[in-house]
Amino acid sequence: MPIEVNGKAFETDEEGYLANINDWEPGVAEVMSKEDDLELTDEHWDIINFLREYYEEYQIAPAVRVLTKAVGKKMGKDKGNSKYLYGLFPYGPAKQACRYAGLPKPTGCV
Amino acid sequence: MSATIKKFLYLNRKAPYGTIYAWESLEVVLIGAAFDQDVSLAFVDDGVYQLTKGQDTTGIGMKNFSPTYAALGDYDVKKIFVEKESLEERGLTLDDLQHLTWEDEDEDYAEKDSIALVSRAEMAALMGESDIVFSF
Repeated sequence: MPIEVNGKAFETDEEGYLANINDWEPGVAEVMSKEDDLELTDEHWDIINFLREYYEEYQIAPAVRVLTKAVGKKMGKDKGNSKYLYGLFPYGPAKQACRYAGLPKPTGCV
Repeated sequence: MSATIKKFLYLNRKAPYGTIYAWESLEVVLIGAAFDQDVSLAFVDDGVYQLTKGQDTTGIGMKNFSPTYAALGDYDVKKIFVEKESLEERGLTLDDLQHLTWEDEDEDYAEKDSIALVSRAEMAALMGESDIVFSF
């Protein structure tokens, strides 16, 4: 089902992930988070932007374990743990953060 | 839950594009890495081309998954064996391949090489001592 962002329609797959990563704009994350009743803070954006950079570099969405480790390295151990990430994204960094970031479902996520 | 750790060897024999084998193998490796097993990757025959630098897939309309090999270290895949004879037969050297590393968290994220060159005989021994060999 396509989602509408600033009057533009964005194609998504059956699980709500953006069909084309290159279509992404920040408004996509805003609209998706509103549907989940989640307000995006700077801390959320740090993770969303980090995911986009990771995809840009490696062409995959990282598994949660890998994301946790990488966030810990870049932003400090206090953020590199699942408690912090699930605190920000209650449905899970993969299901929420990757989706908001316009990435496909992480490789290795079932 | 059983704590048995098995030795998995993913054997890659085909060139990266033209067939789907290379990408499928890489995806299986990344998915399988979540299961805390002893994982090794082997590149023999045309499979060595999967690791060559400077790939550009624009002309064939396929996704360039070459950068994804650099993520293997993040997935704790640290043992990548490349057969020396296969490289030589194709006029390649280690310098033609991507420099793949992993970071040792216990040593302040020190970068360590993931790729090891092995001879054909050593490769055969590796296959022999693995519990499970996935051939792609």
